[in-house]
Amino acid sequence: MSDVLTVPRSRRTVEFFLLLLALVVGVGANYLANLGRGEPVDDYLLSVALTLGLMGLFVHVILRFRAKYADPVILPIVVALNGIGLAMIHRLDLSAVAVNPDFTPVAPQQVLWTIVAVGAAAALLILLRDHRLLPRFTYTSLVVSAILLLLPLMPPPIGLEINGARIWISVGFGTFQPGEIAKITLAIFFAGYLSTNRDLILLAGKKIGPLQLPRFRDLAPMAAAWVVSIGVLIFQRDLGSSILFFGLFMVMIYVATSRVSWVLIGLAMIAVGVFVALELFSHVALRFDSWINAFDPEVYNRTPGGSGQVVQGLFGLADGGLLGTGLGGGRPDLVTYANSDMIIAALGEELGLIGIVAIVMLYVILVSRGIRAALGTKDGFGKLLACGLSFTIALQCFVVIGGITRLIPLTGLTTPFMSAGGSSLLANWLIVALLLLISETARRPTVSAPMKNSFPEPVGVTGKLGRTRSAKGARG
Amino acid sequence: MSDVGELTVTLLRFGFLILLWILVLSTVGALRRDLVVGRRNRVGTPTAREVRRNPELVEQPAPVRTAARQLVVTEGPLAGTVLELAASPILLGRAQESSLVLEDDYASGRHARLFPQGSRWFIEDLGSTNGTYLGGQQLTRALPVEPGVPIRIGKTVIELRP
Repeated sequence: MSDVLTVPRSRRTVEFFLLLLALVVGVGANYLANLGRGEPVDDYLLSVALTLGLMGLFVHVILRFRAKYADPVILPIVVALNGIGLAMIHRLDLSAVAVNPDFTPVAPQQVLWTIVAVGAAAALLILLRDHRLLPRFTYTSLVVSAILLLLPLMPPPIGLEINGARIWISVGFGTFQPGEIAKITLAIFFAGYLSTNRDLILLAGKKIGPLQLPRFRDLAPMAAAWVVSIGVLIFQRDLGSSILFFGLFMVMIYVATSRVSWVLIGLAMIAVGVFVALELFSHVALRFDSWINAFDPEVYNRTPGGSGQVVQGLFGLADGGLLGTGLGGGRPDLVTYANSDMIIAALGEELGLIGIVAIVMLYVILVSRGIRAALGTKDGFGKLLACGLSFTIALQCFVVIGGITRLIPLTGLTTPFMSAGGSSLLANWLIVALLLLISETARRPTVSAPMKNSFPEPVGVTGKLGRTRSAKGARG
Repeated sequence: MSDVGELTVTLLRFGFLILLWILVLSTVGALRRDLVVGRRNRVGTPTAREVRRNPELVEQPAPVRTAARQLVVTEGPLAGTVLELAASPILLGRAQESSLVLEDDYASGRHARLFPQGSRWFIEDLGSTNGTYLGGQQLTRALPVEPGVPIRIGKTVIELRP
């Protein structure tokens, strides 16, 4: 009985055609942005087309050779999102230059970061080959995460404070957020720790009513994750990252143990954290206030901590309506940080509800492919890692889009693949490389029929059986 | 709008939104085949070309296997006992909750377990002191049991019968 009943298709050809479509979308968005601002086809457009095209095809070729059975839709989706992001950043540059000729455009730097990020993802695909090597680095990655999180707190030559948050370090040619990379290393640590200690955590503990409570000492990693998130909140003053880290841990422990009690304990700890943050930190309290009373004129005009940014974003979304103003046709430049934190508001204004829903759909498909890879792969570590990594993308989208649409308080997280900012782009492309590797192990057809190998052929009626029978006969 | 007309820009604008959705829908379309989770999705019979490339696609006809219906004790104190096999697993040992209680000093309390999986029965040793022997070989892990192959536990020998 062969286990492979379908033809093992590598589906790389499908990926190729989807990638071409994604390139048309990405480059087309940049072209339309130029067109909408009345700019001719310039060198920048050419550089974007070349970067996206060559880097996309480069990763595609690597996948053909190194990870033949990787998921075919992840790469095209990410290339399309990256291209749309570049288009919006460039379009906002054009507005800013029109107002202030001395403005340094952000987009060319973002194109460079795209090259670096895709290059890093390609290197990871080539060097790592198999994600099952990663559990070896479980505790190494914990140490690396700690270092990455502590770096921004170093004195000024290394750590930088921008807008009250200490999450940046200076790296010669620019700034970098080590926390973005830390979310990958933390995911590796959690996955490694939970996949080895899962049974211990599951079996020990008291049962109270329907809940099986964990033992106190098994709570240690959870407490550690809580301390890390609260530490990030207190010392780096970065609410978004602290939500992201704790959410990542909660999801991974829930996926590992399927115990509701953990989630309840985690929610209680979050509640305590939020309460303490509200009492102690004015910026968190202001965030909440400008979320609930966003349209209050007093709150709107308050500096710092006013709701001007989010309300301007909402006005932009309303202006866009169903079909949008067209790229280059709206005024998303009125919103502060339109090219990083608020890029979804800018896209919503110019592409309309129809466009923004398409973008959200792309994220949904990307996350679902990550979860699918987790379902398909056979090793526990890979399952947890794929779940955790795709969840970080999902949570980031939720926190950002929820904040912009005033569903939840606005927190400064980046929109994966689209926001201006090299560290986020780099981290997310590395996540994509890991998801591609995990999906490859999930989808690769087994070389030989596994049922034949895992159980040796049953002992026949001849042979050994005959010996027993004759022995019995001799005795009788 | 430098050299392109207003109409063209509007058309391109709508064209871009349509293009975005074409990307979304074709991505979903590419995943159609993948939506079945955990079940093998069989897609027609392989063509001659596919068979040439992947010889393992040709399914060997499954060996005709008669499902075991009875468990018969052939040796030992309980010799002659017949147990009808249902879909539930069978526990063998001295413990009172066992499906077949073995009155045997060489058997452990919870000695071995017979369980159905697919169309076959498997036997698994539950960490017994003296071991379980399938056709003369000591069990180290769960193995499939064919009808007529003796399973020895202490002084007792059992067999599955069709």
